[in-house]
Amino acid sequence: MIEAIGGSLFFGIGLTLGGFLLGVFLKKKFNLFLFNPLLVAIAVCISTLLLLDIDYESYSKGASHISMLLTPATVCLAIPLYEQLQLLKKNATAILVGIASGVVVSGGAILAMAILFGLTHTQYVTLLPKSITTAIGIGLSAELGGYIAITVAAIIITGLTGNIIGDKLCDIFGITHPVAKGVAIGTSTHVMGTSKAMELGEVEGAMSSLSVAVAGLMTVAAALLFENAI
Amino acid sequence: MKYISQFAIIIAISLVGELLNRFIPLPIPASIYGMTILFTLLASGAMKLSAVKETGKFLIYLLPIMFVPPTVGLIESWEVMQDFLVAIIAISLLSTVVVLGVTGRVTQYIIRKKEKGGLKND
Repeated sequence: MIEAIGGSLFFGIGLTLGGFLLGVFLKKKFNLFLFNPLLVAIAVCISTLLLLDIDYESYSKGASHISMLLTPATVCLAIPLYEQLQLLKKNATAILVGIASGVVVSGGAILAMAILFGLTHTQYVTLLPKSITTAIGIGLSAELGGYIAITVAAIIITGLTGNIIGDKLCDIFGITHPVAKGVAIGTSTHVMGTSKAMELGEVEGAMSSLSVAVAGLMTVAAALLFENAI
Repeated sequence: MKYISQFAIIIAISLVGELLNRFIPLPIPASIYGMTILFTLLASGAMKLSAVKETGKFLIYLLPIMFVPPTVGLIESWEVMQDFLVAIIAISLLSTVVVLGVTGRVTQYIIRKKEKGGLKND
Protein backbone atom coordinates (compact mmCIF):
# COMPACT_ATOMS: atom_id res chain seq x y z
CA MET A 1 0.00 0.00 0.00
CA ILE A 2 2.74 2.42 1.05
CA GLU A 3 4.66 1.52 -2.08
CA ALA A 4 1.62 2.34 -4.20
CA ILE A 5 1.21 5.72 -2.48
CA GLY A 6 4.92 6.54 -2.73
CA GLY A 7 4.99 5.51 -6.37
CA SER A 8 2.23 7.92 -7.34
CA LEU A 9 3.16 11.13 -9.10
CA PHE A 10 0.72 13.00 -6.87
CA PHE A 11 2.23 11.80 -3.60
CA GLY A 12 5.20 14.20 -3.73
CA ILE A 13 3.07 17.13 -4.89
CA GLY A 14 0.31 16.43 -2.36
CA LEU A 15 2.72 15.99 0.54
CA THR A 16 4.51 19.25 -0.31
CA LEU A 17 1.31 21.28 -0.65
CA GLY A 18 -0.23 19.63 2.44
CA GLY A 19 2.85 20.32 4.54
CA PHE A 20 2.90 23.94 3.41
CA LEU A 21 -0.81 24.41 4.16
CA LEU A 22 -0.30 22.93 7.62
CA GLY A 23 2.46 25.50 8.14
CA VAL A 24 0.21 28.36 7.02
CA PHE A 25 -2.53 27.08 9.36
CA LEU A 26 -0.16 26.75 12.35
CA LYS A 27 1.31 30.19 11.74
CA LYS A 28 -2.16 31.78 11.67
CA LYS A 29 -3.24 29.93 14.79
CA PHE A 30 -0.12 30.42 16.95
CA ASN A 31 1.71 33.29 15.23
CA LEU A 32 5.10 31.89 16.25
CA PHE A 33 8.06 32.47 13.87
CA LEU A 34 9.07 28.82 14.20
CA PHE A 35 5.85 27.86 12.39
CA ASN A 36 7.25 29.20 9.14
CA PRO A 37 5.29 27.45 6.34
CA LEU A 38 8.48 26.60 4.44
CA LEU A 39 10.09 25.07 7.53
CA VAL A 40 6.93 23.14 8.51
CA ALA A 41 6.57 21.79 4.95
CA ILE A 42 10.21 20.58 4.94
CA ALA A 43 9.80 18.94 8.36
CA VAL A 44 6.54 17.25 7.33
CA CYS A 45 8.04 15.93 4.06
CA ILE A 46 11.29 14.63 5.57
CA SER A 47 9.60 12.95 8.54
CA THR A 48 6.93 11.36 6.31
CA LEU A 49 9.59 9.94 3.99
CA LEU A 50 11.62 8.57 6.90
CA LEU A 51 8.60 7.18 8.78
CA LEU A 52 7.06 5.43 5.78
CA ASP A 53 10.48 4.46 4.42
CA ILE A 54 9.84 6.06 1.02
CA ASP A 55 13.00 7.09 -0.84
CA TYR A 56 13.68 10.63 -2.03
CA GLU A 57 13.50 9.58 -5.65
CA SER A 58 9.84 8.54 -5.39
CA TYR A 59 8.98 11.80 -3.64
CA SER A 60 10.97 13.85 -6.12
CA LYS A 61 9.24 12.27 -9.12
CA GLY A 62 6.11 14.27 -8.29
CA ALA A 63 7.58 17.13 -6.27
CA SER A 64 10.06 18.10 -9.01
CA HIS A 65 7.05 19.36 -10.99
CA ILE A 66 6.68 22.05 -8.34
CA SER A 67 10.33 23.14 -8.39
CA MET A 68 10.26 23.13 -12.20
CA LEU A 69 8.49 26.49 -11.85
CA LEU A 70 11.44 27.98 -9.96
CA THR A 71 13.10 29.49 -13.05
CA PRO A 72 9.92 31.14 -14.46
CA ALA A 73 8.99 32.41 -10.97
CA THR A 74 12.44 33.92 -10.45
CA VAL A 75 12.20 35.56 -13.90
CA CYS A 76 8.97 37.20 -12.69
CA LEU A 77 10.83 38.95 -9.86
CA ALA A 78 11.56 41.52 -12.58
CA ILE A 79 7.91 42.65 -12.24
CA PRO A 80 8.07 44.13 -8.71
CA LEU A 81 11.48 45.50 -9.62
CA TYR A 82 10.03 47.32 -12.62
CA GLU A 83 7.16 48.64 -10.50
CA GLN A 84 9.74 50.24 -8.17
CA LEU A 85 11.92 51.62 -10.95
CA GLN A 86 11.78 55.23 -9.70
CA LEU A 87 12.83 54.20 -6.21
CA LEU A 88 15.66 52.14 -7.68
CA LYS A 89 16.97 55.07 -9.72
CA LYS A 90 16.73 57.43 -6.76
CA ASN A 91 18.73 55.13 -4.46
CA ALA A 92 21.07 53.51 -6.99
CA THR A 93 24.33 54.47 -5.24
CA ALA A 94 23.17 53.39 -1.79
CA ILE A 95 21.88 50.09 -3.15
CA LEU A 96 25.01 49.22 -5.14
CA VAL A 97 27.46 50.21 -2.40
CA GLY A 98 25.33 48.35 0.17
CA ILE A 99 25.30 45.15 -1.89
CA ALA A 100 29.06 45.40 -2.60
CA SER A 101 29.81 45.80 1.11
CA GLY A 102 27.69 42.74 1.88
CA VAL A 103 29.45 40.64 -0.76
CA VAL A 104 32.93 41.55 0.54
CA VAL A 105 31.93 41.03 4.19
CA SER A 106 30.45 37.66 3.26
CA GLY A 107 33.75 36.51 1.75
CA GLY A 108 35.71 37.88 4.72
CA ALA A 109 33.42 36.31 7.34
CA ILE A 110 33.48 32.90 5.64
CA LEU A 111 37.30 33.07 5.31
CA ALA A 112 37.75 34.01 8.98
CA MET A 113 35.46 31.23 10.19
CA ALA A 114 36.96 28.69 7.80
CA ILE A 115 40.39 29.39 9.35
CA LEU A 116 38.84 29.13 12.82
CA PHE A 117 37.31 25.73 12.04
CA GLY A 118 40.47 24.57 10.26
CA LEU A 119 38.67 23.79 7.00
CA THR A 120 40.49 22.47 3.92
CA HIS A 121 40.62 24.47 0.68
CA THR A 122 37.85 22.32 -0.82
CA GLN A 123 35.59 22.74 2.22
CA TYR A 124 36.27 26.50 2.22
CA VAL A 125 35.41 27.09 -1.45
CA THR A 126 32.33 24.90 -0.95
CA LEU A 127 30.96 27.47 1.48
CA LEU A 128 32.05 30.66 -0.36
CA PRO A 129 28.90 30.90 -2.56
CA LYS A 130 26.50 30.32 0.37
CA SER A 131 24.71 33.69 0.33
CA ILE A 132 23.71 33.65 -3.33
CA THR A 133 20.87 32.03 -5.22
CA THR A 134 21.19 28.25 -5.70
CA ALA A 135 21.51 28.38 -9.48
CA ILE A 136 24.53 30.75 -9.42
CA GLY A 137 25.91 29.06 -6.30
CA ILE A 138 25.98 25.62 -7.90
CA GLY A 139 27.82 26.95 -10.95
CA LEU A 140 30.32 28.86 -8.82
CA SER A 141 30.98 25.92 -6.50
CA ALA A 142 31.64 23.68 -9.50
CA GLU A 143 33.95 26.32 -10.97
CA LEU A 144 35.93 26.57 -7.68
CA GLY A 145 36.04 22.80 -7.19
CA GLY A 146 33.78 22.55 -4.12
CA TYR A 147 31.32 19.86 -2.97
CA ILE A 148 28.19 20.94 -4.84
CA ALA A 149 25.67 19.10 -2.62
CA ILE A 150 27.09 20.82 0.47
CA THR A 151 27.08 24.22 -1.22
CA VAL A 152 23.37 23.64 -1.80
CA ALA A 153 22.93 22.70 1.87
CA ALA A 154 24.69 25.88 3.04
CA ILE A 155 22.67 28.01 0.60
CA ILE A 156 19.44 26.49 1.92
CA ILE A 157 20.39 26.94 5.60
CA THR A 158 21.23 30.56 4.76
CA GLY A 159 17.96 31.07 2.87
CA LEU A 160 15.89 29.47 5.62
CA THR A 161 17.48 31.86 8.13
CA GLY A 162 16.38 34.80 6.01
CA ASN A 163 12.93 33.35 5.42
CA ILE A 164 12.32 32.67 9.11
CA ILE A 165 14.04 35.55 10.95
CA GLY A 166 15.07 38.03 8.20
CA ASP A 167 12.62 40.66 9.44
CA LYS A 168 13.60 40.07 13.08
CA LEU A 169 17.29 40.55 12.23
CA CYS A 170 16.47 43.87 10.53
CA ASP A 171 14.74 45.00 13.74
CA ILE A 172 17.72 43.93 15.87
CA PHE A 173 20.20 45.83 13.67
CA GLY A 174 17.95 48.91 13.56
CA ILE A 175 17.41 48.59 9.80
CA THR A 176 14.09 50.38 9.33
CA HIS A 177 14.23 51.95 5.85
CA PRO A 178 12.26 49.66 3.47
CA VAL A 179 14.90 49.93 0.72
CA ALA A 180 17.69 49.02 3.17
CA LYS A 181 15.62 46.12 4.53
CA GLY A 182 15.10 44.66 1.06
CA VAL A 183 18.75 45.08 0.06
CA ALA A 184 19.91 43.48 3.35
CA ILE A 185 17.60 40.47 3.06
CA GLY A 186 18.24 39.89 -0.66
CA THR A 187 22.03 40.23 -0.45
CA SER A 188 22.36 37.92 2.56
CA THR A 189 19.64 35.32 1.98
CA HIS A 190 18.88 35.27 -1.78
CA VAL A 191 15.53 34.19 -3.26
CA MET A 192 14.35 32.32 -0.16
CA GLY A 193 14.77 35.51 1.89
CA THR A 194 13.14 37.49 -0.92
CA SER A 195 9.88 35.59 -0.52
CA LYS A 196 9.89 36.86 3.08
CA ALA A 197 10.74 40.39 1.90
CA MET A 198 7.70 40.19 -0.44
CA GLU A 199 5.51 39.68 2.64
CA LEU A 200 7.01 42.76 4.32
CA GLY A 201 6.05 45.04 1.45
CA GLU A 202 6.36 45.81 -2.26
CA VAL A 203 9.44 48.00 -1.86
CA GLU A 204 11.22 45.44 0.33
CA GLY A 205 10.38 42.66 -2.14
CA ALA A 206 11.53 44.59 -5.20
CA MET A 207 14.81 45.71 -3.63
CA SER A 208 15.44 42.18 -2.39
CA SER A 209 14.90 40.74 -5.90
CA LEU A 210 17.34 43.23 -7.37
CA SER A 211 19.91 42.44 -4.68
CA VAL A 212 19.71 38.70 -5.37
CA ALA A 213 20.73 39.26 -8.99
CA VAL A 214 23.38 41.91 -8.32
CA ALA A 215 24.88 40.14 -5.27
CA GLY A 216 25.00 36.89 -7.24
CA LEU A 217 26.99 38.48 -10.05
CA MET A 218 29.29 40.42 -7.67
CA THR A 219 29.97 37.22 -5.70
CA VAL A 220 31.17 35.46 -8.84
CA ALA A 221 33.72 38.27 -9.29
CA ALA A 222 34.65 38.43 -5.58
CA ALA A 223 35.17 34.66 -5.40
CA LEU A 224 38.20 35.06 -7.66
CA LEU A 225 39.77 37.29 -5.01
CA PHE A 226 38.91 35.00 -2.12
CA GLU A 227 39.33 31.51 -3.55
CA ASN A 228 43.06 31.04 -2.94
CA ALA A 229 43.12 32.50 0.57
CA ILE A 230 43.13 29.00 2.08
CA MET B 1 -6.91 33.55 -22.46
CA LYS B 2 -5.04 36.37 -20.74
CA TYR B 3 -3.44 33.93 -18.29
CA ILE B 4 -2.37 31.55 -21.04
CA SER B 5 -0.64 34.26 -23.04
CA GLN B 6 1.01 35.66 -19.90
CA PHE B 7 2.26 32.21 -18.96
CA ALA B 8 3.49 31.62 -22.52
CA ILE B 9 5.51 34.85 -22.46
CA ILE B 10 7.08 33.97 -19.10
CA ILE B 11 7.95 30.47 -20.30
CA ALA B 12 9.40 31.84 -23.57
CA ILE B 13 11.66 34.24 -21.63
CA SER B 14 12.73 31.35 -19.35
CA LEU B 15 13.60 29.34 -22.45
CA VAL B 16 15.75 32.14 -23.86
CA GLY B 17 17.42 32.38 -20.42
CA GLU B 18 18.24 28.67 -20.52
CA LEU B 19 19.70 28.95 -24.01
CA LEU B 20 21.91 31.88 -22.95
CA ASN B 21 23.01 29.88 -19.90
CA ARG B 22 23.92 26.95 -22.09
CA PHE B 23 25.87 28.85 -24.73
CA ILE B 24 27.61 31.55 -22.68
CA PRO B 25 30.41 30.00 -20.60
CA LEU B 26 29.70 31.93 -17.36
CA PRO B 27 28.19 30.58 -14.11
CA ILE B 28 25.11 32.79 -14.53
CA PRO B 29 21.84 30.86 -14.21
CA ALA B 30 18.94 30.93 -16.67
CA SER B 31 16.72 32.68 -14.11
CA ILE B 32 19.04 35.70 -13.81
CA TYR B 33 19.29 36.05 -17.62
CA GLY B 34 15.50 35.77 -17.80
CA MET B 35 14.95 38.30 -15.04
CA THR B 36 17.27 40.75 -16.82
CA ILE B 37 15.47 40.20 -20.15
CA LEU B 38 12.01 40.73 -18.65
CA PHE B 39 13.19 43.82 -16.76
CA THR B 40 14.76 45.28 -19.92
CA LEU B 41 11.60 44.61 -21.94
CA LEU B 42 9.44 46.35 -19.33
CA ALA B 43 11.78 49.26 -18.60
CA SER B 44 12.37 50.01 -22.28
CA GLY B 45 8.62 50.03 -22.94
CA ALA B 46 8.92 47.18 -25.47
CA MET B 47 6.46 45.19 -23.36
CA LYS B 48 3.52 46.37 -21.30
CA LEU B 49 3.27 45.27 -17.66
CA SER B 50 -0.23 43.91 -18.37
CA ALA B 51 1.33 41.30 -20.68
CA VAL B 52 2.76 39.38 -17.68
CA LYS B 53 1.37 40.94 -14.50
CA GLU B 54 -1.26 38.58 -13.01
CA THR B 55 0.41 35.27 -13.86
CA GLY B 56 3.79 36.69 -12.81
CA LYS B 57 2.47 37.77 -9.42
CA PHE B 58 0.81 34.40 -8.95
CA LEU B 59 4.11 32.61 -9.62
CA ILE B 60 5.91 34.88 -7.13
CA TYR B 61 3.19 34.08 -4.58
CA LEU B 62 3.92 30.35 -5.06
CA LEU B 63 7.70 30.82 -4.81
CA PRO B 64 8.24 29.57 -1.21
CA ILE B 65 6.57 26.22 -1.98
CA MET B 66 9.07 25.64 -4.81
CA PHE B 67 11.95 25.56 -2.30
CA VAL B 68 10.51 22.59 -0.41
CA PRO B 69 11.55 19.75 -2.80
CA PRO B 70 15.24 20.78 -3.17
CA THR B 71 15.54 21.17 0.60
CA VAL B 72 14.02 17.75 1.26
CA GLY B 73 16.72 16.52 -1.15
CA LEU B 74 19.33 17.28 1.49
CA ILE B 75 18.58 13.90 3.09
CA GLU B 76 20.40 12.47 0.06
CA SER B 77 23.68 14.28 0.85
CA TRP B 78 23.54 13.67 4.59
CA GLU B 79 26.68 11.47 4.53
CA VAL B 80 29.03 14.03 2.95
CA MET B 81 27.64 16.74 5.21
CA GLN B 82 28.41 14.87 8.45
CA ASP B 83 32.16 15.49 8.01
CA PHE B 84 31.89 19.19 8.78
CA LEU B 85 28.27 19.65 9.75
CA VAL B 86 28.98 21.94 12.73
CA ALA B 87 31.14 24.21 10.57
CA ILE B 88 28.52 24.30 7.79
CA ILE B 89 25.73 25.31 10.16
CA ALA B 90 27.82 27.75 12.23
CA ILE B 91 29.34 29.48 9.19
CA SER B 92 26.00 29.63 7.37
CA LEU B 93 24.15 31.15 10.32
CA LEU B 94 26.82 33.56 11.60
CA SER B 95 27.93 34.93 8.24
CA THR B 96 24.27 35.42 7.26
CA VAL B 97 23.63 37.55 10.33
CA VAL B 98 26.80 39.60 9.77
CA VAL B 99 26.14 40.14 6.04
CA LEU B 100 22.51 41.10 6.62
CA GLY B 101 23.49 43.60 9.32
CA VAL B 102 26.35 45.23 7.41
CA THR B 103 24.48 45.44 4.09
CA GLY B 104 21.39 46.94 5.68
CA ARG B 105 23.27 49.47 7.81
CA VAL B 106 25.52 50.61 4.95
CA THR B 107 22.57 51.03 2.57
CA GLN B 108 20.52 52.85 5.18
CA TYR B 109 23.44 55.12 6.13
CA ILE B 110 23.94 56.27 2.51
CA ILE B 111 20.19 56.79 1.93
CA ARG B 112 19.83 58.86 5.10
CA LYS B 113 22.96 60.89 4.38
CA LYS B 114 21.72 61.67 0.87
CA GLU B 115 18.26 62.61 2.13
CA LYS B 116 19.79 65.06 4.63
CA GLY B 117 22.13 66.49 1.97
CA GLY B 118 19.15 66.90 -0.36
CA LEU B 119 17.27 68.93 2.24
CA LYS B 120 20.24 71.25 2.71
CA ASN B 121 20.51 71.89 -1.00
CA ASP B 122 16.82 72.75 -1.13
